[in-house]
Amino acid sequence: MMTQGIWPAVLGRFDWHALPFVRAWENPTASEIIGAGAALIVIIGAVVVVALITRLGKWRYLWSEWFASLDHKKIGIMYIVLAFVMLSRALIEAVLIRMQQASAIDNPGFIAPDHFAQLFSTHGSIMIFFMAMPFLVGLINYVMPLQIGSRDVAFPLLNSISLWLTGGAAGLMMISLVIGEFSTGGWSGYPPYTELAFSPGVGPDYWIWAVTLGSIGSTLTGINFAVTIYKMRCPGMDLMQMPLFVWTALCTSILMIFAMPPLTVATALLALDRYLGFHFFTNDLGGNMMNYANLFWLFGHPEVYILILPAFGVYSEVVSTFSSKELYGYTSLVLATAAIALLSFTVWIHHFFTMGQNADINAVFGIATMTIGVPTGVKIYDWIWTMFRGRVRFTVPMLYSLAFMMTFVLGGMTGILLAFPPLDYLVHNTLFLVAHFHNMLIPGLLYGMLAGYHYWFPKAFGFRLNERWGRISFGCWVVGFYLAFMPLYVLGAAGVARRTQGMFDPIFRPWLYVAGVGALILLAALGALFVQLWVSIRERDANRVFAGDPWDGRGLEWSISAPPPEYNYAVIPQVHGRNPFFDAKRKDDPYATPASYSDIELPKNSMTGPVIGAVGAATAFGLVWHMWWLAIIGVLAIIATVIARSFARDVDQTIPADKIERTERGWLRAVAEATPIPREVEMTTANQGLAEISG
Amino acid sequence: MKVSRGWLLRFAMLPLFLLSGCGALKLSVMNHAGPIAASQWHLYVIVGIVLVFVAGPVLLLTPLVAWHYRLSNKNSAFRPNWSFSWTLEGFIWIPPIGIVIGLSFLLWHYTHTLDPYRPIASNQPALEVQAVGLDWKWLFIYPDQRIAAVNQLFIPVGRPVHISLTSGTVMQALLIPQLAGQIYAMAGMTTQLNLAASRPGVYRGGNTQFNGAGFQNEKFNVTALPPADYGRWVARVRASAHPLDATAYAELFRQASLPQPIVFSSVPQLLFQNILVQSQKPR
Repeated sequence: MMTQGIWPAVLGRFDWHALPFVRAWENPTASEIIGAGAALIVIIGAVVVVALITRLGKWRYLWSEWFASLDHKKIGIMYIVLAFVMLSRALIEAVLIRMQQASAIDNPGFIAPDHFAQLFSTHGSIMIFFMAMPFLVGLINYVMPLQIGSRDVAFPLLNSISLWLTGGAAGLMMISLVIGEFSTGGWSGYPPYTELAFSPGVGPDYWIWAVTLGSIGSTLTGINFAVTIYKMRCPGMDLMQMPLFVWTALCTSILMIFAMPPLTVATALLALDRYLGFHFFTNDLGGNMMNYANLFWLFGHPEVYILILPAFGVYSEVVSTFSSKELYGYTSLVLATAAIALLSFTVWIHHFFTMGQNADINAVFGIATMTIGVPTGVKIYDWIWTMFRGRVRFTVPMLYSLAFMMTFVLGGMTGILLAFPPLDYLVHNTLFLVAHFHNMLIPGLLYGMLAGYHYWFPKAFGFRLNERWGRISFGCWVVGFYLAFMPLYVLGAAGVARRTQGMFDPIFRPWLYVAGVGALILLAALGALFVQLWVSIRERDANRVFAGDPWDGRGLEWSISAPPPEYNYAVIPQVHGRNPFFDAKRKDDPYATPASYSDIELPKNSMTGPVIGAVGAATAFGLVWHMWWLAIIGVLAIIATVIARSFARDVDQTIPADKIERTERGWLRAVAEATPIPREVEMTTANQGLAEISG
Repeated sequence: MKVSRGWLLRFAMLPLFLLSGCGALKLSVMNHAGPIAASQWHLYVIVGIVLVFVAGPVLLLTPLVAWHYRLSNKNSAFRPNWSFSWTLEGFIWIPPIGIVIGLSFLLWHYTHTLDPYRPIASNQPALEVQAVGLDWKWLFIYPDQRIAAVNQLFIPVGRPVHISLTSGTVMQALLIPQLAGQIYAMAGMTTQLNLAASRPGVYRGGNTQFNGAGFQNEKFNVTALPPADYGRWVARVRASAHPLDATAYAELFRQASLPQPIVFSSVPQLLFQNILVQSQKPR
């Protein structure tokens, strides 16, 4: 029916079999039923959320307070919410992957090969583009402007557009669960496998457009952050006075600006191959997939440091704060960060030592790879010396930092092994490699983001997170990691290829079982994190830290109320030194009432971001399904939106001075009424966000 | 109840299980069976020992320093404003740089001696093998013997083997961990791999680069035989009267996994070269 008359023009290449329910009905295997179940969860989840919002009458609130907001703090929080949603999906996929491998020893298991391939492709794509990136961008968005004493980022509207492009792309990933199928080509989407000749379906197109939308959003974010850091620092904050988190944000932003475009180009060229019959990466007519490998990893390697540097920034803040001590070797850390950022562009060949280039090239790139180990090692020692002669408090963020330092070093060791081309030949493309990069990214990204989440959560929401559940979750993340990934080193060394749906050797069984248990513990860790959030919200009144300084903080962000007012700073601060708030607490009164308040101009809400994100996703959907009318309307709508917005003149709102004065007075009164607490009781309800000054 | 007890039992047997799992490493380079893999294992050990000294201090210092300077320990020194020392800077920058320079010489040397393109020195000429990655199987052509085998590779012990690789489909990677590292096979292009077996045995090989629904089945055994036995194997294959003709060729290029390895008693001239040309033509 759908192949006749007007239908192909309207629905493109859609037919009923694109729906997993139909596939499961016709062929009720475990694999298809899981697929249909996942689609059902997406649909039910969406329906429940919409119904709940409608029932509570919160649409207007959500729109005006969140979706259309240009406030960097709200945009940051929305990014992190997105990251948690996507983390949940991708972690469940990881558990399915491990369960399948554990059950598929000389046995087909319960997930069919094609479905399995979609699982590892979405797992990787989501974890990188829609979990890690939104998490770090969200954290930087929230924290960085506060740390540099600014009221917003340089381009608030662009910030909203980046968020919604990322959100639209993530939405496309979710839609691919319900309509059609995803790519089976892995997160790196290597052609020629992803070319039409080998993957004619919609899968690679979903991947191409989701990644393209996401990468455009990230490029814009990089520009936005870099300009913000260069231009919007408060008086007195030289580059070498910036908190280390801001330094890592700056280096990450520069990496985004230079590393994201090669990815956009690579996916665009692949799209030209698939849509218009070009031959960039095909086997035939002069195409060469080696060009893709080079473009992709020219993005891919700096991407690793885009992910890891912000976490390094978090650790620098956390270790210093929770050791009650100035950060050791600030200059060293800045130099090391910059060196890592620079070197990250010189090592991409190590992702394909096995592509047949000569030994000289491999050796040069191998040595460059090892070189990155030096500044990274320096950083670890800088954090150790920061604890040295300090007073270390084992709070949840600090526990993550310590677990990171111990675990990351192991990943670094296997990284040096992989940097040796002759050793890489043996374990490239195996589970050893999978173990290695999880060993880098789980401590080097996830632990850092979670440390940052626990550290700045009280600032963002005004109450501390539950300590007990935080520790349970932490324990599960660490134990789960070791159980899930150490066995993969062994399996990989024994030659087990990554992305393998079935195993044939019973000798692998024990390792696969242990890894499976580890994956379940990791899932429990995420569960504990959600329980923690729930419990913390319920107990929020007992854990308020409205005064704003729960950890005896050092940077400017702790010198304002928690949560901060929408204008951040009633009076733009003037800083001296690297620990402005910490020093101010000891030298004079940081809570003094300023002589006067004045009006503050802030950007008004705008619907441009949500519209561009939604229309962008719809355009991508049209392209995926060859619904050309939808794609054309979408592109025109985006252009129209941008033009319409450029005519908008009334884009600012003014917050009157008297309103600011009222807000600030209220906060200062709370500060005056709060009891200063010593560090020993900061994890108890005695903590009202005011630090007792010692030393 | 029964189920849960079964699980408990399994759980109790976990350590035993793990012990039996150590056998997995028998399939790895640790149990090398040729000069290339032996040399790679040697390199693993050297680098591994160096790395113990690199990572050791961090693994020791992190918990020690954190615990000693814990808030509740009133006997530890507290110097909140101490944040720099040239001596420590020297300790954390110079030795790592020295180690990396040292490792660089090692890396340069071994990357060249273990270059997969480098012929293995021997008084015997290398056995020529041409490997073609297909969906989802490996075709091994013996151009000098004019025979071929699918999903099995027989080689004589002690004689170097020179493999030329290409792909008849998407990119693949050939890995035989006990003999040598991997190299990609790409359509329209030739890559090379040199290896040798130093003792008779059966070694696992496979494709490690995902290439579709039959990827997990794309495995083969490498059988290293004493030269005389290898000669008998070649003779037996030649006598098998199962030529690689047009029908067999078309069947090989069909996307499918093979239940059993196949041998071909003869192959067309320049088969490998033809596949190279063929894969660059429009489909």
